[in-house]
Formats: sequence, C-alpha cells, structure tokens
Amino acid sequence: MKKLLLFAVMAAMFVFAGCSQKPKEEAKAEGETPAATEQPAAAEGGVIKIGVAGAHSGDLASYGIPSLKAAELVVKQVNEKGGLLGKKVELVPADDVCKPEVAVSSANKLVSEGVVAVLGHICSGATKAAMGTYLAAKIPVMSPSATSPDLTKSGEYPNFFRTIAPDDAQARLEIDFATDVLKVSKVAIIHDKGDYGKGLAEYAKQFAEADGKLQVVLFEGITPGAVDYSAIVQKIKQSGAEAVIYGGYHPEASKIITLIVKKKVPVKFISDDGVKDDTFIKVAGTFAEGVYATGPKDTSTNPLTIEATKLHKETYGEDPGAFYLNAYTAMLAITNAIEKAGSTDYDAVTNALRTEYVETPIGKIKFDEKGDAIGAGFSVYQVQNGVYVEIQ
Amino acid sequence: MDYFLELFFGGLTRGSIYALIALGYTMVYGIVQLINFAHGEIYMIGAFTALIVASVLTFYGVNTVAILILASIVAVIYSSAYGFTVEKIAYKPLRNAPRLSPLISAIGMSIFLQNYVLLAQTSDFLPFPRLIPQFHFMEPVSHIFSSAELVIVVTTMVAMVLLTLFIKFTNLGKAMRATAQDKTMALLIGIDVDRVISATFIIGSSLAALGGVLIASHIGQINFYIGFIAGIKAFTAAVLGGIGSIPGAVLGALILGWTESFATGYVSSDYEDVFAFALLVLILIFRPAGLLGKAETKKV
Repeated sequence: MKKLLLFAVMAAMFVFAGCSQKPKEEAKAEGETPAATEQPAAAEGGVIKIGVAGAHSGDLASYGIPSLKAAELVVKQVNEKGGLLGKKVELVPADDVCKPEVAVSSANKLVSEGVVAVLGHICSGATKAAMGTYLAAKIPVMSPSATSPDLTKSGEYPNFFRTIAPDDAQARLEIDFATDVLKVSKVAIIHDKGDYGKGLAEYAKQFAEADGKLQVVLFEGITPGAVDYSAIVQKIKQSGAEAVIYGGYHPEASKIITLIVKKKVPVKFISDDGVKDDTFIKVAGTFAEGVYATGPKDTSTNPLTIEATKLHKETYGEDPGAFYLNAYTAMLAITNAIEKAGSTDYDAVTNALRTEYVETPIGKIKFDEKGDAIGAGFSVYQVQNGVYVEIQ
Repeated sequence: MDYFLELFFGGLTRGSIYALIALGYTMVYGIVQLINFAHGEIYMIGAFTALIVASVLTFYGVNTVAILILASIVAVIYSSAYGFTVEKIAYKPLRNAPRLSPLISAIGMSIFLQNYVLLAQTSDFLPFPRLIPQFHFMEPVSHIFSSAELVIVVTTMVAMVLLTLFIKFTNLGKAMRATAQDKTMALLIGIDVDRVISATFIIGSSLAALGGVLIASHIGQINFYIGFIAGIKAFTAAVLGGIGSIPGAVLGALILGWTESFATGYVSSDYEDVFAFALLVLILIFRPAGLLGKAETKKV
C-alpha cells in the first residue's frame, strides 16, 4: 500500500513537471510549392546576379519559400523599371534545407555563379556555417529570419545584415526603457523557467549588468501554473526594486500583476511579447492598467506592407507566408544599396547599406555597424484604458 | 518581522487553498482507499459553473455578495452531481477489482473531464469576477492579508471543524467510519455501503466546488487545466498529512503552503517545488503513513 502511494506521488511529480511548459506556437505556412525562379536573362554580361539561399525544400521549406517569392516580386518590379545600373537583375536560388553542412555547398555554388549579394540564409545555424565562404569572397549577405544574437554581436561577420530583430532585442529594449524612460535604478527580473521567458530574462540581466546603470536586485524563476504568487511578490517588495521585468507568458503575468496591485507594491511592470496579448488585459482587467510590454512594431498600416501583401495575393492567390515582409524588405534594401552605391563593389554596397535609409514594409531602415536593422524591431506598449497603446 | 508575517500569511493562504481541495481527496481515500484523481477536475467544474452563473446574474445586476452565495450553491449542487456520477460510472463497477484498476480509471476520468470542458468551453484563460467583497476592517492590513485570503482561510477552518464533527457525531458519519474500518462487516450489520460511498463523494465534491469558487475569485482567472495542477498539490498535501485523516489533510496543506512560501522568500522561488517535495520525501521516510495517518497493520 505504502509503495503504491509513493509510486503515485512520484508519478504525479513527473507528470506535473512535464506539463508546465507552454511552447510558443509558431505559425507555419503550409501547402506552398516552389515556384519557377527563372528570370528572363538580358544580354550576356548585362545582368546583376543576386543569390537567394534558404530552405526551399524539406520540412522547413515553409520558412524559405516565402522569401523566394518576395525576392521574385521585388526583382520583377525592379526589372520593369529598367533594372539596376542599367542591367537586368537575375536571381540565383540555392537550397540549403536549413542544414549547416548543405549551406556551405550552396554558398560555394552561389560564389561560383558570381552573385554580388545574397538574400539568406533562413536558419541561424545554416547562416553561420555559410558566412565564412561569403566573407572570403566579399559578398554581402542579408537574412530575413536568422535571429541568433551571435551573428551580429560577435563581430565575426562584417558582411552580415538582417531585417529581423535578434532574439535579445526585446531584452535590450526593456532595459533601455527602464533606464532611460522610467528612470529606475533597481530592477527585479522574474521569469517562468521556460526557454522563451528565461532566455529573455538572462539577456536582460546581462545587459543591465553590462550597462552598470541598472542594478538587478532579484533574479528568479517562478513555477508556471501555481495557485498563488504572493511569496515572490512580497520578495519583490522586500528587494526594493522599482521595476519588475518579467519574461514569460500572460497567465502568470496576470496573476503577478494582480497581486502587485492588491498588495500595494510600488513597482512598475515591464514584460514581453508573451504578455502583449489581449487575453492578458481581459483576464487582469483593471489591474493591467499601466503595464508595459514590448512587442513587434505595428506595420499593418504601412502603405508598403499593404502593397507587398496585395502583390503577393494577386500573383499567388494566397496570403504571404513566414518572413515574407522581412525578405521583401531585405531585397528592397539590397537593390537600393546597389543603386545608391552606383556599383556592385563590396565596400560601396556595404557602406550604402549602413548609411542610406530605405523605405520598406517594416519601416524606414538602415543598418548599424554590426548589421542589425535600425528602425526595425520592437516597440514598447502600455495598457491604457484597457488597450495596448504604442508609446515612443 | 513584517516580511516574515507577509510570508507567513501568504503561506497560510496557499495552504488553505490546498487544504480545501485536499479534504475531498482524503475523505474519499479514507472510505474506499481510492485516490480520486478526478477530484481536481470536479474543483475546476465547480469554478466553471460559478463563472457561468455569475456572468448571468451580473447581467441582471444582482449584488456581488448575493452572486457569490448563489453561484456557490449552484456550483456545489452541479459538482456534487458530477462527483456522484463519476463514482457510479468509473469506480463502482471496479470496487472489487485489483487496486490499480480504479486508479487508472480515475486518471482516465480526469483526462476525460478536462477535455470535455476544453471542448465544451474554451482552452483560453477566462477572467473570473472578484466576488469576495473587500471588508472595511481589513483595509489597514490588506497589504499583508487581504479580505479574500481571510475568507479562504476561515472557510477552510470551518469546513475542517464541521467535517470532523459530522464524522464523529452523526449517524451517517458513524456509518462512514464503520465502512472505512471494514466494508464487509459494515454491510453485514445493515449499513448501506453504497449510500455511504455516494455520500462521501457528494461531500468531497461539494467542498471542491466551494474551493473552486473561492480560489477562482481570489486568483481571478480559470481555464480547463487549473484542476490538474491544484489537484496534484492538494494530493501531495493529503499524503503529507496522512491520507484518510481530515485534520491531517489541513495540517499537511498548511505545512506545504508554508514550506513553499518560506522557501521562495528566504531561498529562491526556483527551488519552491524542490523544497516542497523534498519535505514530502523526508516525512514519508520517517512517518510512512504521513503526519497524522494511522500506520496500517497488515491483515493476515
């Protein structure tokens, strides 16, 4: 009997531990087939070749195909307007199946084809593997989707650019917002022990410590789904923190913010994309007022976004897939930089990418020293009268 | 000192929440030696019922305290019906089967009820109205101990005392104790064992439903999954205190609540569950029947 009880408790513990994770769902575009990529080639020697590398087949093809389509649509428009520097643009697709070992050979293929720039790769791992080949050949590379912070932060890849915010961008924004806008000096960083929440919290801690302006007085993980968080809320109060940065999702955030308000703890609450969800406001009700959360910039009203989406629907008869807008942006940025540089020379093009602003679906952007897009990425939102309002 | 008190009352509330659910586990175990894993789901169904009733009554502009009372009554009746039916469908046919069969049946019932609510209602978190009124006299200390927390703690204590008196002094209570001691013998002296078992499930489910209403209005949100997590902790509490013992369930729940609260407060919330379950293992090593449980003698 006792053995049975003990067994049941042990089993219950394991089940409990296994059930407390909530993976963030990723939207996957399905049912897309690789489209023809041949461009009408102009006279011999009169073309500018741009590579499009990424997963064009395999189980991650739904992440790569939309980029290919975006590139085609942009190039078609460019060619209709007379091409670049008086030459037609030609796309050279290279399939890497999102695998690092395949990515190296697709990079070699693109280099031998003589491309002047590459849109890709799609996955961070494959991108890292291919970068050395491109760097040796002096070819600028722009990814619409590789979010690994290393790619830009390490400084190893001066020819790398991207039109998506890196994984740590939200943490960076949260820390900057706390220091510069809210002007707090002590912060408590709490997370839900999940990949997403803990990852963000660790970046936030790292940035706060590196800056030296913000003291992290508390760094702890909570158990998702627990019935009550009053102990951690009292601990936040005891720690003297002026703001809480929470990494995680809205169910726990709404419980914590409710207790913070009820227990009259004088802290500001800053959280992430996982909390910037209308369910959070619905559940926490009036307790949600004043909460800050970072989230992707709202680009749905940008005329270029509307145009790019419309173009995709007209051409392919369906809504665009993953990273379509980022790839569309990247292709615009590449063609614009070649145009502005007046040549396809590596130094001239990379310089143009870093200095010339370009209007794109994700906003007016240029690239910083390390290759991340300035003017793209996340904004801070605040709950005001029951809705999230973007604040500057 | 303030910090200690805050953690103390936080732990007390948390423990009382566990206790309200643990009472049902321990009662059912005491009578039929069955771990009713579907108990957490009964608690969740109670909360959902109350939410539906409260939404309708709020629509007609009924006052909050009246809503709390009416919603609780409806939730208790509805959940009792569920508890009664679950016993008849899933456990009664297995009463003479090997021990593991009803246990598996209980787990199956738990999964079934969760998914039933998921399909019939929603997978989203729903806001639960804060039905417990703010008492004026609690205002000065509300940062340490709020009205809702007071109501939960008091309800748990009252439930424990009433249950103990019920078991000790009423005829049905005596019949329950007799059934717990020896089912066959109780049957021979004319006790309707089926009725006693049904009554146990109904009482346990009522308590769970009451807990569901109070806890949901304290936390402010529910979804189909709350019963599982709360149920696991409540079950731990019942085992800690000695499963089958009513004061034991409350004591176990309070100890669990305090352990978690103080572990978070003085060590780290990362280790909250580690401390809670390490304590459980330690207690089971030294007192295998739990704190207030009676050591079982093997019948030859």
